[in-house]
This record gives sequence, structure tokens and C-alpha cells, in this order.
Amino acid sequence: MNQSILNLIYLVGSLSFMIGLKMLSKPESARKGNLVAAFGMTIAIFGTIFLYDGIKTSNYIWIFGALIIGTIIGTLMAKKVKMTGMPQMVSFFNGMGGACAAIISLVEYNHMGETTDIFNFSEGFGDTPVAVINGLKVKLGIIYLGLIIGSISFAGSMIAFGKLDEKIKDKTLPLQKVINIGMLLVILGIGAAASLGNIQWPNIIYVVLTLSLLYGVLFVMPIGGADMPVVISLLNSFTGVAAAMGGFLYDNKVMLFGGILVGSAGTLLTVVMCKAMNRSLLNVLIGNFGGGAATGEAKSMTGTIKEITKADAAVLMKYSKKVVIVPGYGLAVAQAQHICHELEEVLEAEGVEVKYAIHPVAGRMPGHMNVLLAESNVSYDKLLEMDDINPEFKTTDVVLIVGANDVVNPAAKNDPASPIYGMPILDVEDAAHTIVLKRSMKAGYAGIENELFYSPKNSMLFGDAKKTLTDLVSELKSL
Amino acid sequence: MESILSFISDNQLMIYLVILMIFVGIELIEKVPSVLHTPLMSGANAIHGVVIIGAIIIMGEAESLYATILGFIAVILGTLNVVGGFVVTDRMLEMFKKKKK
Repeated sequence: MNQSILNLIYLVGSLSFMIGLKMLSKPESARKGNLVAAFGMTIAIFGTIFLYDGIKTSNYIWIFGALIIGTIIGTLMAKKVKMTGMPQMVSFFNGMGGACAAIISLVEYNHMGETTDIFNFSEGFGDTPVAVINGLKVKLGIIYLGLIIGSISFAGSMIAFGKLDEKIKDKTLPLQKVINIGMLLVILGIGAAASLGNIQWPNIIYVVLTLSLLYGVLFVMPIGGADMPVVISLLNSFTGVAAAMGGFLYDNKVMLFGGILVGSAGTLLTVVMCKAMNRSLLNVLIGNFGGGAATGEAKSMTGTIKEITKADAAVLMKYSKKVVIVPGYGLAVAQAQHICHELEEVLEAEGVEVKYAIHPVAGRMPGHMNVLLAESNVSYDKLLEMDDINPEFKTTDVVLIVGANDVVNPAAKNDPASPIYGMPILDVEDAAHTIVLKRSMKAGYAGIENELFYSPKNSMLFGDAKKTLTDLVSELKSL
Repeated sequence: MESILSFISDNQLMIYLVILMIFVGIELIEKVPSVLHTPLMSGANAIHGVVIIGAIIIMGEAESLYATILGFIAVILGTLNVVGGFVVTDRMLEMFKKKKK
């Protein structure tokens, strides 16, 4: 009876994940979709606690203790984080899921070791039927896969978290590509051999665990620049697959359902992002992209840069017909989204048409800028995606680039030696004027020079994005 | 080889389910506007927190100290994933909603 009720709960849970994800993909229903999925998760969790056959009531105190601790810490962290810190927060929570999957594998492995003589496969278990042995081999394989994927996801996410938080710097080892592929093969090889009973040393699983954690670190370590969103999305789908392994292990449909759903949706999202940056998924998997930028092969720039005063910039924009604002990570760091919206309103009051050009990887995550600008009440229809806004630059008088760099670097189009060559960019050089609002001449996240700054049509406006925009607004008002 | 074949025939339904699920996952988010990429990734992140079910099972079945300690940690980590994931997603989407009014 209990089991049938639990099955029904799992069915409802699985459906709610599917419907929730579907609703999340439409702006009108997104928030409700999140709640629908959360509802499904809640009933699945409590259903398992009270109805799953084998849960000891004496362990309730531990379960609820852990649930309460996790809920308090999780809620505090999620509530406290600033909108600019969202990407690393997602990465952090993703890592927690990966670690959880890895621990499940460890415990199940030990449990198996206690109940069956799993380390003597090759000799067989005396009279044990072949089918049973095969079943055990498959189970071991699943345990290893869950462990490997979960640990890679955990270690990788923690590194990604540290990097986005600017606590960890990019590092590339010599022969990194070879080392990474070699390590992955070794990990999978040991896992496969151990699952088939060819390695009979019980502690081999800890070797696999250590190697997988190390691989996760090495995998993300050299990746820098605008590529981090792709990595987070990929690790996100990894954790999904690791959760699905748990689903196989316990023959648990809701785990399988949720895990695979996230695994496939996450992979698709990763591919979409790769396309936006003109990279192949294979490059991502080998862990060999973006890092080249840090080695600094980019040619040095010649020419002069021109500065503009705030008063001149204000006049220029006031007498324009159309102004396009290109937001980037600098806007997020300076928390300048509100004042940016105010600038937009002041200009609109003067009869200037204002639009925002959103590059798919502006900021640290796709959609990062949309979230920020939505926070400051910028209307949806003013946010234009790259393909929609690019033809409009020709008729634009002034492009105001706020804290963005790599996404407007023409080197992506005309310098094959550049590490970002081939990445689609915003064609801001088509506009009559560009004004770059930046703290200093320092290179962007990809670590390369931007020839746009030296263009005769461009002017620089140095300073903190928030302060500069505030000054621009007051200049505009006093004109 | 033999074990793989017998696994496939023993778990046909499961495998069909996985394959269908992969397509459902792709289908569901294929036409997402890039506005929603970050919240969607975050929402998906919360959903894979379903791995917590496994953590609850090992915690609930735990007898040894090893399983108890690891199970306890696993449930905490899983809860962080689920609760943190959903709350962060809600915070992101809250902004979209406010805007509409």
C-alpha cells in the first residue's frame, strides 16, 4: 500500500518537473513553473521519508536535522547573494548536488561490500547464477559512473565558483590537453575494470574518487573568459546525469526522470551557448578553450585613444535620434542597472529612441544582463538580442558601451590570431559614434586588447560605471 | 558483453524511458528566449537536486557509523542544492514579474 502511494507521488513529482521546466521556458509562466517544480520536489522528498520501505524511524532525527540545516544555510545563501553573484551561486549549488551523488555511490559501494563478496567476481560466487553476477557488475558500473560524474561536477563547480568570485586565477599546465584526456581515460578504465571484477582491491574506489576530483579541478582550471557560462551549464547537466545514476541504482523513477531531464536539457543549453560563441562541444570536453587568451598572443595595438568629457557625451546623446546601450559585466559589478534605466528614461523624455543590445554571453551567464535590467524595470521590448539589433547599428547615432569589452571587439571578425576569433559580436562599429564607459584601459575577461578603443569613431569615458552614469544623467538634466 | 546484453533486455522499459526523456528534455527547452537562459539553468539546477532522494534513502537505511555520517552530509548537501536552487531561481524570476505591472 505504502509503496503504491509512493509510486503515485513519484509520478506526480516527475510530471511536475516536466511541466515546471516547460513553464520555466516562457516569461509569463516562468515563476509559477519554478514553484510547480519545487512542489514536486517537496512531495517526493517527504513521500520518500515517510513511505519508502527500509527507512528506519530511528534515523528520522538525522534526516530532519540535515534537512533543517540544509534549508537554513541554503535559504540564507540564496537570499543574501547579490544579483551580480548569481552565476557563481548556481555553480555552488550545482557542486553540492554533485557531491551528494558521489557520496551516495560511496555508501552504496560499501553497503554492497558488506552484503556480497563483490571482490571475487572472476571466480564467480560458487552456485550464483550468471544473471545475478551480471546484475552486480552492472550495479557496480552504475556506482562508479555516479561517483566519477558526481565528483567531477563537484570539483569543477567549486573551481568555477572560485573563479567567478575572483578567488582563483586561470592556470594552464604544460601539455594540459594530453594530461586531461589521459586522466579521463585512466579514470574510466579503472572504473570499468573494477566494475567487471578485474580489480579486487576494495579501496580502489577511493583512487577513482581522488582522480575524479583532480580531473574536475584540472578540467575547469585553464578555462577562462567568456567561456565560464558554458562550463557551468555543462557541469549542471553532468550533475543531472549523476542523479539519474542514482535513479538506476534504486530503480527510482523520479530520480531518473529529473536527472535525465536536466541532463538532456542542460546539454542542449550548453550546445546553444557554444554556438553563440562559435565553439564546438568537443573543445569544451577536452578542456582546451579560452585558456589560450591568457598567454597573450594578441598583437599590441597602435594608435591613439580619445577621451570625451561627460558634458560632451551628454550633449552628443541628447541630440541623437537613436542611442543603443550595450551592457556588460562592468555594469553588473558597479550595480549600475538602476541608473542605467534612469538614463534611458531621461533620454526618452528628450525624444531619443533608446534600446539595449544584449549579447548572448554578456556578463557571466546567458541572460545575466536581462535579469539585471529587468530588476531595474527596463521593459522587455527594449532588450534586443544580437541578431535583431545588429542591422540597426547602421542607423544608430550613439552606442554607449557600459562595462562590456570582448563582445564588441572587432578582432573576433578580422583577426584570425585572436583567441576570440569567430565569436559573433555586436557590430557597434557600424554606428556613427561609440562611447566606451570603462574603469581603465585594462583588457576584458578574455585578456585581449580591443581595437575598437582606437577607432576614430570611438571615445572613452573612464570611471566607475555607476558614478559616470549618474553624472551623465545630471548633465543631461541640466542641459 | 554478455552482461551488457542481459542488462539491456532486463531493463528495456527503463531504457525506453531514458531515451524518451532525453528527447522530452530537448523538446521542452528548445525555443527558450535567451532572456530566460539563466533562470532556466538555475531551475534545472534545482531539479537535479532530486538526487537528495538517494541521500535520504542511504541516511534512512544507515546502520554503520560510516553510512550515518556520510548520509547526514549527503542530505545536507542535497538540501542545499534543492532549497538554494529554487530560492535563487525564484529571486531571479521575481524581477521579471515586478516589471510586468
